[in-house]
Amino acid sequence: MPFIKCENLRLGYDGNPVVQDLSFEIESGDYLCILGDNGTGKSTLIKVLTGLEKPLSGALLTECAPSEIGYLPQQTDYQRDFPATVKEIVLSGRLGRKKLFCFYNANDKKAAMENMKKLGVEELENRSYKELSGGQKQRVLLARALCAANKAIVLDEPASGLDSTSSEEMYEILYKLNKDEKMTVIMVSHDEKKSRGYANKVLHLGKRQFFGTWEEYDVFARTER
Amino acid sequence: MESLMNYFSYPFVRYAFAVGLLIAFCASLLGVVLVLKRFSFLGDGLSHFAFGIIALASVLKLTDNLLLVLPCTVACAVILLMSGQKAKIKGDAAVAVISMSALALGYLILNVFGTSSNVSGDVCSTLFGSSALLTLKMSDVVICAVLCACALAVFVLFYIRIFSVTFDENFAGATGVNVKASNFVTAVIAAVIIVLAMNLAGSLLASALIVFPALSAMRICKSFKGVTVVSAVISVIGTAAGLLLSMLFSTPAGATIASVYVAVFVIFTLAGALVKS
Repeated sequence: MPFIKCENLRLGYDGNPVVQDLSFEIESGDYLCILGDNGTGKSTLIKVLTGLEKPLSGALLTECAPSEIGYLPQQTDYQRDFPATVKEIVLSGRLGRKKLFCFYNANDKKAAMENMKKLGVEELENRSYKELSGGQKQRVLLARALCAANKAIVLDEPASGLDSTSSEEMYEILYKLNKDEKMTVIMVSHDEKKSRGYANKVLHLGKRQFFGTWEEYDVFARTER
Repeated sequence: MESLMNYFSYPFVRYAFAVGLLIAFCASLLGVVLVLKRFSFLGDGLSHFAFGIIALASVLKLTDNLLLVLPCTVACAVILLMSGQKAKIKGDAAVAVISMSALALGYLILNVFGTSSNVSGDVCSTLFGSSALLTLKMSDVVICAVLCACALAVFVLFYIRIFSVTFDENFAGATGVNVKASNFVTAVIAAVIIVLAMNLAGSLLASALIVFPALSAMRICKSFKGVTVVSAVISVIGTAAGLLLSMLFSTPAGATIASVYVAVFVIFTLAGALVKS
């Protein structure tokens, strides 16, 4: 059984479809890169995959619950100066596992610490989020996403707003998670060239949709022009 | 000093003092969430709206205007916070529309239909707070205490959820938090606390109780927990100081507390700047 299977999905807001007839399936351990121009429904698809929005119609079958998929959303403006320590933020990734009225326990703290180590932000533990650089912020948010899930992560433009060194680092980290920990990665990206070396499957949204490998995508892109 | 002791020998002064501290404490917790969610203006809008309803209640000669004011303000808060991005008139503009219409209509009704001989005096005391706190009955004190206790309980029990939703609604939603329900609860609590805070500081100054402690704490604190604790401490100490000063110098309570808050804010801003440099 595929890890995620979409059949004839129609996505959009208030009944206005942005994406029609979307069908694709990915296996556990795949690295999927979602390409497409602005407004073609990339972020909407991400929101459906993470359970934030419902598809207008069609079927979405996943092997795990949406809350088991880690999510790295785009950063919002007001987060930039938010007074919270790195530890507080990473810990909040464990929220999906907590019952109502519960606080974080030793297990949650251990898991948070492990994920901070994995991403090399453990020394920033007690630093304030607003003092971090863009790359550090993104790694903290990824650590939080890993706390939420260990099977799959979904990322919405993880490298946007980062300088080239930090974005390179980000892609390396994702590649490692995918290769070493068999984590399924689904990533929206603007940077086709960078994603090429890492992702094994491509989904292109737009007037014509495409799903397949990079070789097949090159053929598709040629006919597109 | 002696006059203070004298004051506190009256039970109603002690009630007023206790209720004032409770309200300020709850308002400061709410403030942390509202300020960080960029909803600082919400408190202002709601308290102006409540002014309009109070005007209506007094024209209708309701004996207990809380019965009308509380539900209406809660409804207003829910509509403002829940409509979010889908509304045709968004955020700050919606608050401006509601608060200005309520102020205008409220003052108009009072002038046209009011039976009081001293309309401007009544209006002034509703806008800036009055001795209302000193005329509280035991039953008012109990209502205030119960409402404050509820607000506090919600804050403590849902602390980790509140943090997550405040920091990142999208992520919280993806981990299974019901973001809509959480915004609904925030709206209800905001409305309740605003209505209570108006007893202390009047409708124009009520939101000072909400935004100043959180804003001051944010100047020096690095963590969410720190901001929460420090703003709660600021609110209790600031309000106690404000109330005592207002008794000593017979100044209006609301304005005195708000001024103390402003002073604290300035001090914390300077301290924050010093620490950074």
